[in-house]
Amino acid sequence: MTSIGVITFPGSLDDRDAQRAVRLAGATPVALWHGSHSLEGVDAIVLPGGFSYGDYLRCGAIASLSPIMAEVIDAAAKGMPVLGICNGFQMLTEAHLLEGGLIRNDHGSFICRDQKLRVENASTAWTTGFETGAEITVPLKNGEGGFIADAETIARLEGDGRVVFRYLEVNPNGSLNDIAGISNARGNVVGLMPHPEHATEEGFGPDTALAMRNGTDGLTIFTSAIASLVSA
Amino acid sequence: MPVIVVEVMPKPELLDPQGKAVAGALHRLGMAGIAGVRIGKRFEVTVDEVTDAVLAEVTRLAEDMFSNSVIEDVVSITTIPTATGS
Repeated sequence: MTSIGVITFPGSLDDRDAQRAVRLAGATPVALWHGSHSLEGVDAIVLPGGFSYGDYLRCGAIASLSPIMAEVIDAAAKGMPVLGICNGFQMLTEAHLLEGGLIRNDHGSFICRDQKLRVENASTAWTTGFETGAEITVPLKNGEGGFIADAETIARLEGDGRVVFRYLEVNPNGSLNDIAGISNARGNVVGLMPHPEHATEEGFGPDTALAMRNGTDGLTIFTSAIASLVSA
Repeated sequence: MPVIVVEVMPKPELLDPQGKAVAGALHRLGMAGIAGVRIGKRFEVTVDEVTDAVLAEVTRLAEDMFSNSVIEDVVSITTIPTATGS
């Protein structure tokens, strides 16, 4: 069975939610530890959300220098699917696995809402289960989620189809071009600020037109990775 | 012991929400003549001695770890010599 590792850093919050999402998607979750140098033979990796090291220095900066990140960077270079959610996205930019950076929300406040997104690229390792242009809703909760990069980088990300998720209706944090998530050139490394792992089980997700807390749009991100690995 | 001081600022072209919030508070307090506030970081690195090699290493750290060149600039690296008798 496919196994997906979820790395816990000091201050990670959503590691167990990510493990649960992996299990609901049909893979075996493996708890990995930031201080280790072993990926325990997993097939893919999730860097979960939270506030590693209390967001000291810069969000994700100290975690990106963890022992296990050397193995993550090696594995990403070999094509292993890596997903960074929120603080995990911040770590991926700090580790230079993804371009750009995340800064404090333009309005200066923490924000928590059910966020509508458009899937702009359905060919990454984490999005093959979507149709291009699919609209999904997953929770978003961040204080420093404003995606920025220089104009040349933004143009390249847009031109190469590496904007994977885009905010719809509301830009919750001032991200340039409403960018919610991006990928590396190969498409195996994806980072996004919203939290798909919180929309994977009926009764525990965002509200839908049908019922309260019934949204499970995030599950496809995890099933996509499993399908990508099986077909690889 | 000598201290190497590294100062890091958000890039000038980027919005600095912290500075904007402080500037907003100043305006609400009726402070006139303040056009804006930007907030950065100051690192004080205590070292055994300041040599060319130590300065080069702290400069490398300033660029690679203390700052993220996507969002910030290292604006100064200065040295405070050992205070005698301390």
